[in-house]
Amino acid sequence: MTDVPPGYFLALAGLMFTIGVIGVLVRRNAIVLFMFIELMLNAVNLVFVTFARMKGNIDGQVLVFFVLVVAAAEVVVGLAIIMLIARRRASANVDDVRLLKW
Amino acid sequence: MSIDVAVFGVMFVVVLGSSIAMLFARNAVHVALFLVVTQIGLAVAFLLEGAYFIAAIQIIVYAGAIMVLFLFVIMLLGVDRREALNEPLRGQRPLAVGLAALLAAEVLYVAYKGSDLITTGGGSQALQDLNADPGNVKALARVVFSRYLLPFEVTSILLVVAVVGVMVLARQMSAISPVSARSGSSVADKEEAA
Repeated sequence: MTDVPPGYFLALAGLMFTIGVIGVLVRRNAIVLFMFIELMLNAVNLVFVTFARMKGNIDGQVLVFFVLVVAAAEVVVGLAIIMLIARRRASANVDDVRLLKW
Repeated sequence: MSIDVAVFGVMFVVVLGSSIAMLFARNAVHVALFLVVTQIGLAVAFLLEGAYFIAAIQIIVYAGAIMVLFLFVIMLLGVDRREALNEPLRGQRPLAVGLAALLAAEVLYVAYKGSDLITTGGGSQALQDLNADPGNVKALARVVFSRYLLPFEVTSILLVVAVVGVMVLARQMSAISPVSARSGSSVADKEEAA
């Protein structure tokens, strides 16, 4: 196992999470937005694994499993919804979906 | 100074570089491919931290299954569609980048300040012992099927709900599309009969 200090891994995870936030706020394509959400989930997974190493037990790695399952379910349902919207409106742009906006 | 530091350095550059490239890639397929690179780099990070099984799962499930699903949907919706560049909310993008920079500063500060506070358990050595004696997979399995048994069962309910939900959505999808107009039970068919 590595002797790289855990703080470096935490810093990498924080930067990745920030890039994910920027992507969700800046991009317009719904599928691309989903990929940035995946990036944020991955950053959180890295944090969990790093904390598991710092604490010296394996519970953090178990939590990564649950994040993985939730991510898979979210992607499946979300992509189906995006497909429905894209079929109806002929675009996956999130700005086009504003029917409920006053 | 060991080989780990070099591996970490390369991994850091690859992961951060491909995540930043995700922001600037215009084509959705390129974004997906950069995300695959990021996830493989993260698998290397998991290997470095002694999470061997998670690293394998990361590549199989994330870089394999989930990204194939993404690419499949991108292909289904059309690859060459350009993303609109206009801003419906004026100044939203600079504001987003500025606030995200603030967030990054906060997170990095917390990572710097808090990284030595949390080391209250056995530390890195205890995990190394766990990986050596029962092995990473066995140790994980013992915890998942004892302490986390209830959450584990609940995730199966979540997956069933997701599958049923997608099936309902897929039925609606075939009701809209013109291809299925003659497939029998759709609304359009009934209207035609009336």
